[in-house]
Amino acid sequence: MSKRQPPGGQAPVVQRVRIRYAKRGPLRFTSHRDFARALERAIHRANLPIAYSQGFTPHPKISFSSAAPTGVASEAEYLELGLRVAMEPEKLREALDAALSPGLDVVEVVETNTTDSLAERLTASHWRIELPGVSPDALNAAVKAFLERTEILVERLTKQGRRTFDTRAAVVNLAPAAGPTGLTGSPCAILDLVVRQVTPSVRPDDVLSGLRVAADLEPTAPARVTRLAQGTLTPQGEIVDPLALDRPR
Amino acid sequence: MRGESVFPQLEQLLPLVSKPIQYVGGELGATVKEWDSATVRWALMYPDAYEVGLPNQGVQILYEVLNEREGVLAERTYAVWPDLEKLMRANGVPQFTVDSHRAVGDFDLLGVSFATELGYTNLLTALDLAGIALMARERGDDDPIVVAGGHAAFNPEPIADFIDAAVLGDGEEAVLEITDIVAAFRKEGSPGGREELLLRLARTESVYVPRFYDVDYLPDGRIQRVVPNRAGVPFRVHKRTTMDLDAWPYPKKPLVPLAETVHERYAVEIFRGCTRGCRFCQAGMITRPVRERSITTVGEMVKQGLEFSGFQEVGLLSLSSADHSEIGDICKGLADQYDGTNVSLSLPSTRVDAFNIDLAQELSRNGRRTGLTFAPEGGSERIRRVINKMVSEEDLIRTVVTAYTNGWRQVKLYFMCGLPTETDDDVLQIARLAHEVIKSGREATGSREVRCTVSIGGFVPKPHTPFQWAPMERPEVIDARLKLLKQAINADRSLGKAIGLRYHDGEPSLIEGLLARGDRRVGAVILEVWRQGGRFDGWSEHFSYRRWVDACAATGVDLDWYTTREREEAEVLPWDHLDSGLDKEWLWKDWQDALTEYEQDDCRWTPCFDCGVCPSMDTHIQIGPTGRKLLPLTVVST
Repeated sequence: MSKRQPPGGQAPVVQRVRIRYAKRGPLRFTSHRDFARALERAIHRANLPIAYSQGFTPHPKISFSSAAPTGVASEAEYLELGLRVAMEPEKLREALDAALSPGLDVVEVVETNTTDSLAERLTASHWRIELPGVSPDALNAAVKAFLERTEILVERLTKQGRRTFDTRAAVVNLAPAAGPTGLTGSPCAILDLVVRQVTPSVRPDDVLSGLRVAADLEPTAPARVTRLAQGTLTPQGEIVDPLALDRPR
Repeated sequence: MRGESVFPQLEQLLPLVSKPIQYVGGELGATVKEWDSATVRWALMYPDAYEVGLPNQGVQILYEVLNEREGVLAERTYAVWPDLEKLMRANGVPQFTVDSHRAVGDFDLLGVSFATELGYTNLLTALDLAGIALMARERGDDDPIVVAGGHAAFNPEPIADFIDAAVLGDGEEAVLEITDIVAAFRKEGSPGGREELLLRLARTESVYVPRFYDVDYLPDGRIQRVVPNRAGVPFRVHKRTTMDLDAWPYPKKPLVPLAETVHERYAVEIFRGCTRGCRFCQAGMITRPVRERSITTVGEMVKQGLEFSGFQEVGLLSLSSADHSEIGDICKGLADQYDGTNVSLSLPSTRVDAFNIDLAQELSRNGRRTGLTFAPEGGSERIRRVINKMVSEEDLIRTVVTAYTNGWRQVKLYFMCGLPTETDDDVLQIARLAHEVIKSGREATGSREVRCTVSIGGFVPKPHTPFQWAPMERPEVIDARLKLLKQAINADRSLGKAIGLRYHDGEPSLIEGLLARGDRRVGAVILEVWRQGGRFDGWSEHFSYRRWVDACAATGVDLDWYTTREREEAEVLPWDHLDSGLDKEWLWKDWQDALTEYEQDDCRWTPCFDCGVCPSMDTHIQIGPTGRKLLPLTVVST
């Protein structure tokens, strides 16, 4: 049998761009896999000069950073593309945004020449959590009970099976936020949350589990969660925009 | 308010179900129209999960054809999984469309496309969730008209109680005609209500309205006759045939989902119909004559479809794609146009012959050569004569070996089990054939890497085929034969190691057989199965043979009588009043030819053998060659 060689000659990467995108409204139910497929198609529709890996099954040069869970909206998701022809970042943003469904929105594109990975810069996330049917008093009490503890063990089903882990230590900030109503217009309590990126990752639903453990807090309907920001956590507890270092000054 | 979105209520449930994205809509290519902009509103359903239903060509074509019309609105709905069904019931959320999340009960028409009979229970779930009475007779003037289509609609008798109407054959012109009738009726102020509207549809002679036909039975249970019970309703209802596929180049804007689906590609039908004459194949019988789409239209559709969708794969669909009169030029032309891009081309449904290897080679110029599928369907030369699948053993082995020597390592061979007149030996021949294939493959390539997968499907006799009279084999006989086959394949350990065997047990086929050739009395079984929790019967993890057997017992329906019983020539079949164009006498003759192992050639290359379709439907064979070529394109350079 003749051994077939993979076709060579895929053009090299000449430009790397970093992209911030948002997952909004009903499209927050897009899973990461779904988004990855949609992005690849959008790149083809927009006719972007994406670079490919070599081999029998060339893959487009796309690297994702940690994605928000399915069902969680986000204003701050990040990825990096390798291009075989350089493009003006704003043009790329417009073209890609137009090719993606409304609700999957490209917020910002910057060219990068730095060598550190995007993932290294994403050490913390800022979340906003709407809790339907929870009164401000109940929320205040639950937050207080949560913060008084040094460790709160919760369980979650992961790919490795049921795991028990601490949800308290990774929480940098947890506070009731201002705002009388949620996005749906009905009264609900709102939480502001900053969590460090740790392994296993502590997600908003884990913190909600923690509030249930610490204070029996139980919303009447599923919480509605949005990631507002992602970036590098400073010792002062602030989150630095991960694209700040790449952005032209 | 009619047409209002139920998304706010649905949204509360989505975090609690698996793969919520399938219920959200927002696909590229989807059309959302204002409710009030339309006078006729269709909900189109594929009665299976979104991941299976979304790529369906029929629904996509009708969706686009209807939405292109001003004053007409079409939205899609799919079967919801049991986790969401439960939540919808608990929270009072109705069956909804994915486009604008409108309640299905608000639409004028609900069109349901049945590719297989196993979707019948899902129809009942959708009707029930929509708040539409399961029994068509109990529906009011404000309820949607429920119209069945798709191949299973050629015998809709088992669901006759649940549907208001059925359309046989190609849908693109039929839906527009129905739309016009509904629009005119509404404009007149809906005189005479639902009954009158159904009468107007029935009088077209191409819309079947079951309630306007009475079925009388003989004492022994066979049908005595089926007669219209209203003036002006035709004795027979005729199928629709769309001629000139170049005039209907759909889908132009293929739906591109966010959710993962079974086919992620731009599919273009390169022709409809097939006259190869395989006697088990309902599709080949009911879609005659062959109508080709021209090479230039195919090229144009592929170009636009890829640009619109961003898909990286093209499927050239038909019942036997290599039979297109210009398939060589189509494949070469497309391969040239997309050379150097990462677009891949595929040609499903091909015959067993070496020409196909050339085509496949052309289509996989830059890609991997991991698998090729051939369908000899029958294991012995004898059984292949019975089913009229004219492939000699020599051809088969030569073809497969050519594939191996051209770099394919894996070949899949598809067969059926339970065919009429089949014996153990016919099935055991599959093992011998597979052994021969591996032996010859190893010799020709000098390598032991060649593999083949033998995939076995259960034969189900279908209406409007020469096998419509045939008895089905009992599941335990099928299962025993497959066991023998497995032993025979593994009897030679060295060869057996290179052969994979995939099959299903015989029970689901028997139920498919009941639904395929059933009459109106089978409706009670479907209803009972559904009441006992039957859902998604096409999925092995949801299908329960026990549930169907129990439902037959509970409703007094004799499963054997409908499935393993051979019918006689004079018997009135439940679908005799539905006209596929095939002459029943010709079908009987072809059944007799099967029993005497006499082969029938293809009318594209030999004189007409009078199957009856062209003269009775006023259609004719439309094939090339046109002599045109695909011109080089300036291709998008991704």
